[in-house]
Amino acid sequence: MKALSSQLFCQFKTNHYHMKILVVDDERDIQTLFEQRFRKEIREKLIEFVFAFSGEEALIYLEKNQHEVVMILSDINMPGMSGLELLRQIKQMYLKPPPIVMMITAYGDAENFNTAKRLGADDFLTKPVDFNLLKEKFKI
Amino acid sequence: MSLSVAPLVISLVIADRIRRYVKVNKLPLWEKPLKYILFFSVFLFATEAVLSSFEVTKWIWHLYLIALIIFSLQQKEFRVLRMFIVAFVPYEIVSLFSDLSEVISVDFFNTNESYLKNATSLTYIWMAAILFSQNRQYKTAEKERIKRQQEDELNRAIAIRKVELEGLVAERTAELTEQKEELEHALHELRTTQSQLIQSEKMASLGELTAGIAHEIQNPLNFVNNFSEVNAELIEEMKQEIDKGNMEEVKAIANDIAMNEQKITQHGKRADAIVKGMLQHSRTSSGIKEPTNINALADEYLRLAYHGLRAKDKSFNATMKTGFDETIGMISIIPQDIGRVILNLITNAFYAVTEKKQQQPAGYEPTVSVFTKKTGNNILVTVKDNGNGIPKAALDKIFQPFFTTKPSGQGTGLGLSMSYEIITKAHGGELKVESNEGAEFTIILPV
Repeated sequence: MKALSSQLFCQFKTNHYHMKILVVDDERDIQTLFEQRFRKEIREKLIEFVFAFSGEEALIYLEKNQHEVVMILSDINMPGMSGLELLRQIKQMYLKPPPIVMMITAYGDAENFNTAKRLGADDFLTKPVDFNLLKEKFKI
Repeated sequence: MSLSVAPLVISLVIADRIRRYVKVNKLPLWEKPLKYILFFSVFLFATEAVLSSFEVTKWIWHLYLIALIIFSLQQKEFRVLRMFIVAFVPYEIVSLFSDLSEVISVDFFNTNESYLKNATSLTYIWMAAILFSQNRQYKTAEKERIKRQQEDELNRAIAIRKVELEGLVAERTAELTEQKEELEHALHELRTTQSQLIQSEKMASLGELTAGIAHEIQNPLNFVNNFSEVNAELIEEMKQEIDKGNMEEVKAIANDIAMNEQKITQHGKRADAIVKGMLQHSRTSSGIKEPTNINALADEYLRLAYHGLRAKDKSFNATMKTGFDETIGMISIIPQDIGRVILNLITNAFYAVTEKKQQQPAGYEPTVSVFTKKTGNNILVTVKDNGNGIPKAALDKIFQPFFTTKPSGQGTGLGLSMSYEIITKAHGGELKVESNEGAEFTIILPV
């Protein structure tokens, strides 16, 4: 999976193309946090973040902007549509190219992990998000 | 030959009457003298009969009778018998007069013999009349006496029975006192148990909340950690920019730091509020009404309950709908208690939709709604679910203590009964339930 993301990233980097990441979380402050944590990368136009504050919002965005998003970071525990349901629906959408879906959960337990894995999640992060680890995953 | 029959009979009658009187009135001192009188009468009469000494003994009889009459009349103890004794006085006077006149003047006696006889007859009639009336009086008195005696006996029996009954009453009272003490003890134990149960119910609901609280605290804490890490980075960056003399960038970074500081404070306060809410929930109710934002209270408990459930059952998800009437403002309620009621209703609603979800996995969208509304002088808080609803048979019982439809060990059966008490007793409101498709609980609070 790491190989896959770095491969993708390299592809974008060589093309001087930034990578667009969709972050799905019901916590609105996650936007400020990501924007600050990745301020350099954003300034250097290596990464562009877009935010959705619910699973439903994320699906609407994906339908409109199918081909732009290369990676989706989604929380599992959200009111309304859960991250797992979002994952299931994304995997059914057969987006081209298929985006990498990384699940974030507050409870890094086997049950969620297995369900997400079964539904086709590409990677996992546990809360609190280790941004250094995340950066490593992005290979920036 | 003649015999002193009349004096004998008179003396015997007097003696007998006195004897009866003495017996009834319990005067034993008189028994002996009476025996002598009786003995003397019989002796005198026998002597007279044997010796045929009537002419002599009649004088003894006179003396004897006069002595007997005067003596009897003088005794204070026989005052009652005076009338009776007086009955013989005329006879004795006439008889004595007749005998004396016979001795003193035979002529006079002979000429007046018929008068004397008549007088004697009259004294007999007098005697008979008095004796008859005395007898009647005596019988009446005797009846009275017997009646009184019976009454006395009855009273005595009653007194005995009374003592017996008093004994029984004392015994019974002792038993009852003992029972009362036992009951008081049992009541005390029940009260203790009840307060323990209430505490354990609180703890049970707190347990249901724990995971929700953990989640709710974890998020703000993550923000606090992340933003302070970011700020550390930003300060490093700012130093570099200062060295470069790029003041525009320095200002931009400073603004970001300030904004992040705000976020840190905001999320710190959020965690603080959650911990306070948790403490408030587990604490004994202050019982004091204070101005409370019921919308915020309902929202807080809805989220806590939701995350609590999510933590237990990861596969579960429910749609939460809220509709808060912002015109309500602050209302005077006991926040811990109302919070507990709302939490209880929401937890029940989530439980209901979870159950239904397990039964029909396809096409069912579990939904829990919380609405507040102001109508006239009332505030309504409605908690609604689209679960299986409450069976009609259970609907009457749900507010009873210890009634639960949950499998044993999962519910204390106290949640709704406590909620009912809190709403109706402590707040003078109503707790209503409707069950059609799913259950709908409405708290009605007077403003």
